[in-house]
Amino acid sequence: MSDQEWKGVLVFIEVTDGKVQEVGWELLGEAKKLASKINQNVQALIIGHDVEKFAKDAIAYGADVVYVVDDPGYKNYITKTYAKAFVEIVNKHKPDIALIGATNLGRDLSGAIATVLKAGLTADCTGLDIDDQSKKLLSTRPTFGGNIMATIFCQKGKPQMSTVRPKVMKMPEPDPKRQGHVIKESVPVDPKDLTVKILEYIPDSCLESVEIEHAKILVAGGRGCNTPAGLDKLKELAKLIGGELCGSRPLVEAGAITPDRQVGQTGKTVVPRVYIAVGISGAIQHLVGMQNSDCIIAINSDPNAPIFKVATVSIVGSWQAIVPAVIEELKKRMGRQ
Amino acid sequence: MEETFDLVIVGGGPAGMSAAIVAARAGIKTIVIERGEFPGSKNVYGGVVYVHEIEKILPDFWKDKTAPIERVITDSRIVFANDHGAMQVGYKTDRFSDPPNVITTHRAKWDRWYANKAKEAGVLIVNNTVVEEVLRDLTGRVTGVRTGRPDGDLYCKLVIFADGAQSPLLVRAGIRKEVKAEHVALSVKETIQLSEEEVTKRFGAKPGEGVTFEILGSLADKMDGVAIMYTNKDTVSLGIGANLEQWKKSKVTPYEMIDKLKEHPMIKPLVDGGQTKEYVAHWLPEGGYDTIPKLYGNGYLLCGDTAMLFNALHREGTNLAQETGRLAGEMAVKAIKEGDTSESMLSEYDANVKNSFVLKDMRKYRKFPHLLFNNPMIFQTLPDVVGDMIEEMLLVDGKSKKEKQKIIVRNIRKKVGLYRLMGLALRAWRSVK
Amino acid sequence: MHIVVLIKQVPDTQEVKIDPEKNTIVRAGVESIVNPFDMNATELALQLREQYGGKVTVITMGPPQAAMALKETFSMGVDKVILLQDRGFAASDTLATSYVLAQGIKRLEADGEKVDLVICGKQAVDGDTAQTGPGVACRLSFDQITYVTQVDKIDLDTRTIVARRRLAKGVQVVQAQLPALLTVEKDINEPRYATLRGIIAAERVKVVEWCAADIKADAEQIGFKGSPTWVKRIFTPPPREGGPKFDGPDAVKKALEVVLDNQHFKEAVFGEEGVCKR
Repeated sequence: MSDQEWKGVLVFIEVTDGKVQEVGWELLGEAKKLASKINQNVQALIIGHDVEKFAKDAIAYGADVVYVVDDPGYKNYITKTYAKAFVEIVNKHKPDIALIGATNLGRDLSGAIATVLKAGLTADCTGLDIDDQSKKLLSTRPTFGGNIMATIFCQKGKPQMSTVRPKVMKMPEPDPKRQGHVIKESVPVDPKDLTVKILEYIPDSCLESVEIEHAKILVAGGRGCNTPAGLDKLKELAKLIGGELCGSRPLVEAGAITPDRQVGQTGKTVVPRVYIAVGISGAIQHLVGMQNSDCIIAINSDPNAPIFKVATVSIVGSWQAIVPAVIEELKKRMGRQ
Repeated sequence: MEETFDLVIVGGGPAGMSAAIVAARAGIKTIVIERGEFPGSKNVYGGVVYVHEIEKILPDFWKDKTAPIERVITDSRIVFANDHGAMQVGYKTDRFSDPPNVITTHRAKWDRWYANKAKEAGVLIVNNTVVEEVLRDLTGRVTGVRTGRPDGDLYCKLVIFADGAQSPLLVRAGIRKEVKAEHVALSVKETIQLSEEEVTKRFGAKPGEGVTFEILGSLADKMDGVAIMYTNKDTVSLGIGANLEQWKKSKVTPYEMIDKLKEHPMIKPLVDGGQTKEYVAHWLPEGGYDTIPKLYGNGYLLCGDTAMLFNALHREGTNLAQETGRLAGEMAVKAIKEGDTSESMLSEYDANVKNSFVLKDMRKYRKFPHLLFNNPMIFQTLPDVVGDMIEEMLLVDGKSKKEKQKIIVRNIRKKVGLYRLMGLALRAWRSVK
Repeated sequence: MHIVVLIKQVPDTQEVKIDPEKNTIVRAGVESIVNPFDMNATELALQLREQYGGKVTVITMGPPQAAMALKETFSMGVDKVILLQDRGFAASDTLATSYVLAQGIKRLEADGEKVDLVICGKQAVDGDTAQTGPGVACRLSFDQITYVTQVDKIDLDTRTIVARRRLAKGVQVVQAQLPALLTVEKDINEPRYATLRGIIAAERVKVVEWCAADIKADAEQIGFKGSPTWVKRIFTPPPREGGPKFDGPDAVKKALEVVLDNQHFKEAVFGEEGVCKR
């Protein structure tokens, strides 16, 4: 099977808890750009149970063809079953490029698929492009904790696979009038593969809050304000401006915030519109998780803290002095507004 | 069956490692406990190493291409500086290049290389481990050490302490006194990055060879101190040391002090444009002969900086550390082989050290620290006056030599006083005689 | 129970820089460490051994100096350390690496040492791909559990393992069949401080070394040739520019002038988006 017979840019549309993960739509937007450069079509793959209804959305967001694998056996994600389905679709339809959102599920799944297909897989990309000469996919990703960027390509193997960070690619405008094909594929689940059972799911206790990846405003605490009093002030500020609390690793280690609220290399990457960093020095491990925020406000008592180098607005001083003053000032101004 | 050791050495610097090599070569089961990530990671020094001393342990080491030698020093200078000028006295020769007499090295690289030599000799080195307590038996005899690791007690026949100037361990154990502030100097050193060709060119050296400067004077702002400048392969080491009390009195921070030094007319052209690569600070024992603790006891020996062996005048800490480490190693071999590590046996070490140049030199310069501390004019007024004197002599302004002489003497009288000057000269002579 | 831990020796990421001329990573003078996630993996293996009995084997694929990383795990108390070392393994991407590691495990099994559990760190802090663990699981047909923050129970009779996974919005408790492969998160445990005896033993231990032939590795699947992904180029990301900095008594007032003038802040806090939907 020669390489030329592999055509199309395939995007995996992840459905979790009955909802489509937005990164799928973001990738459809990106796929369209890539596909036009190599004169190919955009394909989408949805695996799950009761997911056929999302096919039309996939078309609206840019897919020309949507493959739907819908079976009760796929109700819960387990690696083996999803990987098998994915591989079967890929072997049947031979897309040149396959993109998967780098969510927990996406990163759990992609390694298995690529290994079976002996395909090249580039993880957690922040940039995609097509090489002018070879027409191959170029994937750019951070390595060494973000200190160094690498651009990777596949010298062999099909499809060329990449997992892409959520919230990096622009969300496209859906066009409900778009036309496309929906192809239902039957890949029944082999009961022998159901060796992994989900026993329980315990949602986070802070039910009243939004995941930090979805928050538009984040108030982040670091080592410099890692006390109950400090946390309280940050929560007050967050409440005032409608934001969510998050923080760097020391806060997680101290039990002040849950791990899902950790921002950084070993935590989450966030791209909110507003990120207020209090008592965070700005070590590279934290920066990689938030440096693409639109507006970064940094408060630190160390005038040489690295965070000031990336902050939109910097205030030098202790949180004890600054944060209450900020809250007061904002209250005044918000009263006026 | 757990592995046992005859000799435990606390500290993997030049003193401890020298003792280790000597002992291991003689077949003594030796283990070195180092608190840093690797030997040398916690060590700081000016940068100059004496070939003769190292050759006693590693003959012809400098012929080994892997030896981390920065430059071979063939040009040594002493500088008296005031804040607008400097008088240099130097000696340059080809005779110190092959075989080399004095070399510059980078502490971390050197200590690691030296530690590898120890490993080759059969020494076991444990890093990232702090010795927290000295273990003794009921008679008070030292029988081993307790480290900070779980299950971290190590018993042995003899312990050599080579754990540096401060050693809270030995102070806690009552083996040594705490270092008084007036007996400690704080040294700060900056390594300035240029390039190999640039260093060779600026210092007028041959490739691979270099210069050392010992600088005395009032460039240390209202503070009595000595500065050093040494050439490394592609960097220059610039450092200032002063008594801790002096640092406290001075309003200037060590960083600012080095910056001032870099602006000095004699120094600036040599380091201009270079990038600061590294910044270190370290304690140096400065008390001299009178502060040396008892070097031995039942089951243990002291060597190196922890024994306050440091020649303030000649800046020879590393040198003395290696030598006493070697002597301690030899003593350990004898004592362990003869099965006697008692105080009386180990007193031989004390005699050896006293008879070596180490203590002979320290005794000779015994009064020197006092001289320095009690005569601040040595650091300030004197270089000032000497500088003025030379400037006056060099200045071409139409005055006759006789007139100039009068001006000079008047200056000396005014700033120092002839009798004071002569008295100082006499005391200085006596203190180093 | 036989537990295999897969580790990687990585450069200390804080210090890594690019050589501007050769466009390669400068490794000279950069310290090497055991990948932090792999220390957690090793600690988990030791804890499980304490609880259920058995032995722990640590394997790494790397150059000769990777033996130091193995020795570090040995000082923590593992039973055996194996280095998969061969010039042909160099320049392997994750596909080739998972192939080599899986071959190494297959060799252990062929030698009669059946493997019940493989534990890996979630990702290596240099590559950051998190692909190697799942790749190995796939090749061995082991059940895979990623992002593990706790192992609840192992039942050697029913050959099941129950573990907790950290997902975006909650914790999932799953049960898998042995043999299985886990990738662990950093918050799963605190790696133990090696004992003095452990360090001494680590200095003395003989690291088992296997080359490509020893693990029957196919030349086409290892190293450069066996890697579908190649690096086209590496570069230092452009630094983000910082804005105004405020200090002193009026800092807050002045800073807030700028903040409240910022488009993003205005839209986020005062626009519709600012209303937090709870």
